[in-house]
Amino acid sequence: MTAYDPCAHCEEVMQPFMDRVLTDAERAEAEAHLDECSYCRKRYRFEESLRVFVRQAVASEPMPVDLKRKLLDLRTPLQ
Amino acid sequence: MSETTREPDARRLAADARDRVRFEEDALALSDQVYRVARHLVGSREEAEDLMQETYARAFRSWRSFQPGTNLRAWLLRILTNLNIDRGRRQQRSPDMQPLEEGDYFLYNKLEAAGDGTTGEEQVVERLSQNDVVAALSEVPHDFRDVVVLVDIGDFTYADAAQILDIPIGTVMSRLHRGRRILKQAMAEAALGGGAA
Repeated sequence: MTAYDPCAHCEEVMQPFMDRVLTDAERAEAEAHLDECSYCRKRYRFEESLRVFVRQAVASEPMPVDLKRKLLDLRTPLQ
Repeated sequence: MSETTREPDARRLAADARDRVRFEEDALALSDQVYRVARHLVGSREEAEDLMQETYARAFRSWRSFQPGTNLRAWLLRILTNLNIDRGRRQQRSPDMQPLEEGDYFLYNKLEAAGDGTTGEEQVVERLSQNDVVAALSEVPHDFRDVVVLVDIGDFTYADAAQILDIPIGTVMSRLHRGRRILKQAMAEAALGGGAA
C-alpha cells in the first residue's frame, strides 16, 4: 500500500477545488494544505493565473465583421 | 369572415411577429460569445464561420422550440455542436491515439525548470504566448476539447455542458479533467518544444 502523499492528493483535487465543486470538508482540507505547503501554493497560484491567461488568449480574436453582417441578413424579413 | 373573428387573428399574428423579432435580436446579441466558443470547437476560422451561419439559420427557423426563460446561449450552442457532429467535421481519435496525459502540476514544473530561476507564478505564466495556447488547444482531441472550450472559455457550468453535448455530467467532469491535462501538456510542448513530453 502506498503512503498517503498530501501534495499528490492536493494536485488531484486542484481543478475541482478551483471549479468550486468540492464538498465543504474537501475544500477545507485543500485550503489547510495550501496554507501550510508553499510547493502546492505556488502551483495553485499558477493554475489560477493560467486559467485567466488561457481565456484571454483565445478570446482575443473577435468575430469577423463580415460574419456579423451575414448573421444579421439571416433575420426573418418584416412583413 | 366577420371583423370580430379577423381581429384576434391579426393581434395573434402581430404578437407572434414581435416575439420572433425579439428572439432574433436576443440570439444575435449573443453571437460574439457563441463565436468565441465555435472558433475553438472547430479547426479553422472558415469552418467556424460556416457553422455560425448554419446555426443561426436553424435557430431562426426553429425559434418556437426555444423555451423562453431558459438559457438561450446554451440552446444555440446545442444546435451548433449537433450541426458540427452531423456534418462529419469531427474526426474522432481512437482511444489508443489519445495522448498520454501528465499530472496537473506538469506545465508549471516544466516552465519552472526551463526558467532562469525566477519562480513567481505570473512570471512562469508569462513564458507562454497567446499562440502557444491557441496551437495547444487545437491539439486536444475533440471530445475533450469540446468540454474544455465550453467550461473554461464559454463559462458554462458542468450541467450546461452536459446538456449542450448530450452526455452525462460525470462524463463532462472526467473529460474536463483529462482535457485540461492534455491541454497543459500540449502547451508545454508548444512553449518548450518537443522535448517537453
